[in-house]
Amino acid sequence: MALASTETTTTSLDFGPAVALSCRECGARSPLGPDFACTECFGPLEIAYEFPRVTREQIAAGPANIWRYRALLPVPADVTAKRNMAPGWTKLVKADNLARELGLRSLHVKDDSGNPTHSFKDRVVAIAVEAARNFGFHTLSCSSTGNLAGAVTAAAARAGLDACVFIPSDLEQAKIVMASVYGGRLVAIDGSYDDVNRFCSELIGDELGDRWGFVNVNLRPYYAEGSKTLAYEIAEQLGWRLPEQIIVPVASGSQLTKIDKGFKELVTLGLVEDRPYKIFAAQAEGCSPVSAAYKAGHDVIRPVKPDTIAKSLAIGNPADGPYVLDIARRTGGAVEDVTDAEIVDAIRLLARTEGVFAETAGGVTVGVLRKLVAEGRLDPDAETVVLNTGEGLKTLDAVADHARPTAVIRPSLDAFRAALA
Amino acid sequence: MSVSVRIPTILRTYTNGAAEVSGEGATLREVLEKLDADFPGIGARILDETGKIRRFVNVYVGEEDVRFADNLETATPSGVQISIIPAVAGG
Repeated sequence: MALASTETTTTSLDFGPAVALSCRECGARSPLGPDFACTECFGPLEIAYEFPRVTREQIAAGPANIWRYRALLPVPADVTAKRNMAPGWTKLVKADNLARELGLRSLHVKDDSGNPTHSFKDRVVAIAVEAARNFGFHTLSCSSTGNLAGAVTAAAARAGLDACVFIPSDLEQAKIVMASVYGGRLVAIDGSYDDVNRFCSELIGDELGDRWGFVNVNLRPYYAEGSKTLAYEIAEQLGWRLPEQIIVPVASGSQLTKIDKGFKELVTLGLVEDRPYKIFAAQAEGCSPVSAAYKAGHDVIRPVKPDTIAKSLAIGNPADGPYVLDIARRTGGAVEDVTDAEIVDAIRLLARTEGVFAETAGGVTVGVLRKLVAEGRLDPDAETVVLNTGEGLKTLDAVADHARPTAVIRPSLDAFRAALA
Repeated sequence: MSVSVRIPTILRTYTNGAAEVSGEGATLREVLEKLDADFPGIGARILDETGKIRRFVNVYVGEEDVRFADNLETATPSGVQISIIPAVAGG
C-alpha cells in the first residue's frame, strides 16, 4: 500500500507494540515504513498499536525518562540500552503563586525546558532516532523553527548518526548556536519555516536526501508519538489522574493532537479514571491560522504568513490544524491567541510568580491562560495544567528590554541606600 | 503555455517514476486537467470529490502557495514550475 522509498522489509523491524501505519483520514492501513502520507488520500499516517497489558507499577518501576512508557511507544523493548538522549520526566510544577494571582484553585506548569536540549522536542526526536535506526538511515534531518534543529543535532551526535538540519535564516541567535554546536550541518534558508518545510518535502523525493531520516517528514508518524509522553507524565505526576483543563501551544498542531491521543490511551488501558478533560489551544496573534478558523466556525485552515516573536510557533500552514479544531470543539475547550506584548507580559508573570523562565511559546500558553480566565472561559475550580515547552534563555531578545538591572551603582552602602530610595 | 510539474514520491506510480513532467494550461485547473488526461487517476489524488484541492495537499505555482493566490484559478504562465507537496507537520 504505502510507497516506501527504501527496500526495507518489515520482518527485520522492531517497533515494540506498533503494528502498522494507519491513515487518520480514511483509515487505510499500510506496513510500518518511512512514510508519512496516505497513498489513497494524502492524509497523515499514524501508528496503530496492539498494546500489551500495562500496569501503573510497571511504569513506575521504569527509568525517570520517557522510556518508562516504552510499552506504549513505537520503540523496541531494549531502547533503554541504546544511545539516545533519554529525555522527559520533566517537572510538573505546582504553581500556587500564579494560581493565586489568576484566581485559580489548582494550577500546574509542565516545565519541558528541563529536557536535555531545553525543549519538548527531545521527546519526539528520541522516538524518531529509533525509527531511523530501524530503517537503516545514516543521516538525521529536519525542517525546524529552531528548537527541533538543536534536538536533532544533539540526538544524532549521541546516537552516532550524521545530521543535516534546515532552519529559516532569521532565527534567534541562541537557537542557531544550539543547532550548530553539536556538529553536523546546519543550513539556513532564506525564507519562512513554511518555505523550509516545502524545501525538505522536495529534498525527500530527491537522491540528495536518499537514506535520510527527516524526523518531522518521513519519520513523522513515529516522531509525533513522542508528544504522547507529555500526556502520560502529566497524568502520572498528578497521581494517575487526567487534568480537567490543559492549555497547549499550537504550531503544527501535532503536539496537541498527540496529548489528546495519550489521554485517551490511558483511559482505554485502564490506567486512569475516565473523566472529561478540556483542551485549550494557544497561538500567537501574529501566527494564528487555527485560532482564526476556530473563531470563524470553520473546519479548514487558511494559511497565513507569520509575524510574531513566538518563532517556535511560527508555522503559517499547520498540517494538524484541522485536528486541533476538532479536539478543541469535541472536548469543550477553545482556541485563543495573544499579542506579542501579552506574550512578553506572560513570560514575566510566570518568571515572577513561579521562578520558571519560559521561552516565547510558554508566554503564549500562559498569556492565553490568563486571557481565558479573565474572560470567564476557564473553570477556576477545575484542575488546570499549562505547558511550557521551551527555555527562556533561547529567546532572550523577547524580554531583554524589560529585564535590565534595577540600578547600576558604585560598590558603596551609600550608593545602594540612594538607589533604594 | 508549457509548464513543469514536480510530482511527489507518493504520486510517481502514476508518472512511471518521473519526478517532473511537463504540463499545459493557462490556470492551475487547466494544468491539473491535462495532467489527469496524461496520467489517468492522478487528478483524484490531488482533488477531492467536490473538486477542491485536498486539505493535506499543498500546491505551489512558482514560490507561491496557491491558497494565498487564486487556488485552482491561479494563473500558470509559460515556463513556471508547479509543485505538488503533501502537507507535513513541523516544529
